[in-house]
Amino acid sequence: MSSFIRKSITRRTALKGFGAAAGLVAGPGFVRYSQAQSSEPIRIGFQAHRTGIGASYGRWYERTTNAAVKAVNDAGGINGRQVEVIVEDDGTDPGRGAEVVGKFATQHKVDVAFGTLFSHVVIGSAPAAGENKLPYYVVSEGHHVASTKLNRYVFQPGITDVKSQIQAVAPWIAANAGKKVTQIFPDFAFGYDHRDYLPPALKAQGADVIAQIAIPPTESSFTKYFPQIPADTDVIYHVMVGPAVLTFVKELGEFYGSNRPQLFGFIDSLEAVDINSPGLEFLDGSHFWEGSPRYAQPDDSDAQKAYRAAVGIDENGASVDDPKDVSTAAHMFGCWETLYVIKKAMEDSGYQSRDDAGKLVEATEALTEFAEGPEHPQGPKTFNGKIHQCFGIQNISKLEGGRLNVVHKTSIEDGMYEPEGDYTTQPL
Amino acid sequence: MRHDGFKPAALHVAVIALLFALNFVLPDYHHGLLARIMVLAVFAMGYNLLFGYVGLLSLGHAMFFSAGLYGSGLAIYHLGWGVPAAFGAGLVSGALLSLVIGLLALRTTGVAFMIVTMMFAQVFYLLILYFAQWTGGDQGLVLQQAQRLIEIGGVTLDLTEPVTRYMVSLGLFSVVLVATLLMARSAFGRVLVAIRENEERTRMLGYDTFANKLAAVVASGVICAASGAAYALLFGYVGSTLASVQYSILPLLWVLLGGAATTLGPLVGTVFMYYVIDVTSGYTSAYMLVVGIALILLVLYFPKGVLGTIRDRWVRWLP
Repeated sequence: MSSFIRKSITRRTALKGFGAAAGLVAGPGFVRYSQAQSSEPIRIGFQAHRTGIGASYGRWYERTTNAAVKAVNDAGGINGRQVEVIVEDDGTDPGRGAEVVGKFATQHKVDVAFGTLFSHVVIGSAPAAGENKLPYYVVSEGHHVASTKLNRYVFQPGITDVKSQIQAVAPWIAANAGKKVTQIFPDFAFGYDHRDYLPPALKAQGADVIAQIAIPPTESSFTKYFPQIPADTDVIYHVMVGPAVLTFVKELGEFYGSNRPQLFGFIDSLEAVDINSPGLEFLDGSHFWEGSPRYAQPDDSDAQKAYRAAVGIDENGASVDDPKDVSTAAHMFGCWETLYVIKKAMEDSGYQSRDDAGKLVEATEALTEFAEGPEHPQGPKTFNGKIHQCFGIQNISKLEGGRLNVVHKTSIEDGMYEPEGDYTTQPL
Repeated sequence: MRHDGFKPAALHVAVIALLFALNFVLPDYHHGLLARIMVLAVFAMGYNLLFGYVGLLSLGHAMFFSAGLYGSGLAIYHLGWGVPAAFGAGLVSGALLSLVIGLLALRTTGVAFMIVTMMFAQVFYLLILYFAQWTGGDQGLVLQQAQRLIEIGGVTLDLTEPVTRYMVSLGLFSVVLVATLLMARSAFGRVLVAIRENEERTRMLGYDTFANKLAAVVASGVICAASGAAYALLFGYVGSTLASVQYSILPLLWVLLGGAATTLGPLVGTVFMYYVIDVTSGYTSAYMLVVGIALILLVLYFPKGVLGTIRDRWVRWLP
């Protein structure tokens, strides 16, 4: 070892070293791009969760995005220019997320950044988007964009936020599942949204949350929490996420046996998980929120069918290449729809280059409605430009016969709430 | 070694001058990245003070970093403080926390010290989640651009402006670098090294080793808090991820890579690790594998880190 270290540097080793250094400098992180010209592609920076806790979502977000870009390009692109996607992995980490957005703005010189899911990554990256004046379209479903706590360059036009989702499903729960609801949620932000928004939404429908059970994120066994569930509970509303969900369901089944209250859950906990996995039998007959249905439905529109075919998911919401590879269907449609919103806003503003970022922001804020169709296969939506958030329909599905069947679709109005601020008053 | 002070001083001035010059030549992206690296290198320097010089391996330094992060961030977000006062709040938070943790954790040594610091950091992390109403929990908080301005005599410094941000990062980095150089060459620094080499003997020579170690923990905590406070003010995000165990391990890796108990090692390690991740992630999603292999190779061929090995083999005067 010491001879290796002490070996004098020869001309050959020096050349090797320079060669390696040149290779690094020529790598993707170092390449400098000239300002986009009108004939060049529209460049979209896709901030992907390729690694980290969001990787299973990130993979399907990427697949959906690629399908949408292909569809846009096949139809002539945006303003006559092809769309090119530049992917950077944020590791599902807010610190790296901010660096990636900075890299998109200053290194790759993209036109917009796009695609982020996890709330903490969105919030961590938002300052970088605002400072670089880079329009940043997220597909996160968090309430953070609509809370108007971020900045004018951050939009969520392709997926509804969790506050809206909770408010929309509350009337159905009160009318069909029961009036006395016990909530079980993870003791961190995703759970807090449900903790804070469900009680008032149910109250308005004449129902009550009679207990709220927060479970620490580090917990791996749940039986000790179940005695806290009041005996007169009609409905258990659960939003457990992460790998522990299988244990949670199994232990809940052992606790109740065949005589259980109604169950209502958010599919977030079981995205990319086969609903027929061993241990999930207890969920049979329970209901779930789904943004877009995982399983093909008898009344699927042609647009929905075309979207599923383009992305490559089968009747069961799994990859057509691998039936075991279950998609994140309830959320990933947001990538498809967001790309078409970007397209529309770029066309409305006559977008040419990053110099038009302000015009693009204003054009996005000016949008009000998205009709159901090939560009918006999940359903119609309205958009509030002041809070940069869309509103749409929600699906409530029943797990029966090993598949999720949609039993109710909410209206857009069910999920509307008073705006909490106004981004348009911020300077561009 | 005291008589040979010119070369180290010249080297450090040259490094600061080089970083200053890079402000004018670096492409935008690398300019922004280096500003971030300098702030995190301060974190690594704070870690190095305890790990490199005293030989105390902590696995909980994320709590000191985040004491500064939240100390300054929450002062701005909830109390509407100005940037200088908020930075001061971050430093005070770091000093108080490190004093308390030092008093408790220094009752242990070795593996127990690692475990105790890691547990305290975990408590700190969970407290951030518990008080989510104020801290924003795992989602975190955003400090708006308008909250990150400094008014000095009618001149407004915008910390979101790239050159200002770079210069503030460089200023903080330079101050801490010079401070650690002076400390390493001071009587205090020599006592710390003596404790690392043989604590019993140092005590026998009449030194209060507990007081010296406590001073080192507080100095290390304050430097890490300065880094955290600067991170919040310069980059506008305060979140619990930055208090997680991952951010306790990162400064250890940066210091091991660059060279423990070398003044410039933390910078070298941070730059190296950042660029390995940045470049390799452009090629493969398995970039952490590349980082792992790079770390193994470095430990095999540069067991004392890059600068530690250079000092051992070639440049004996390297501080």
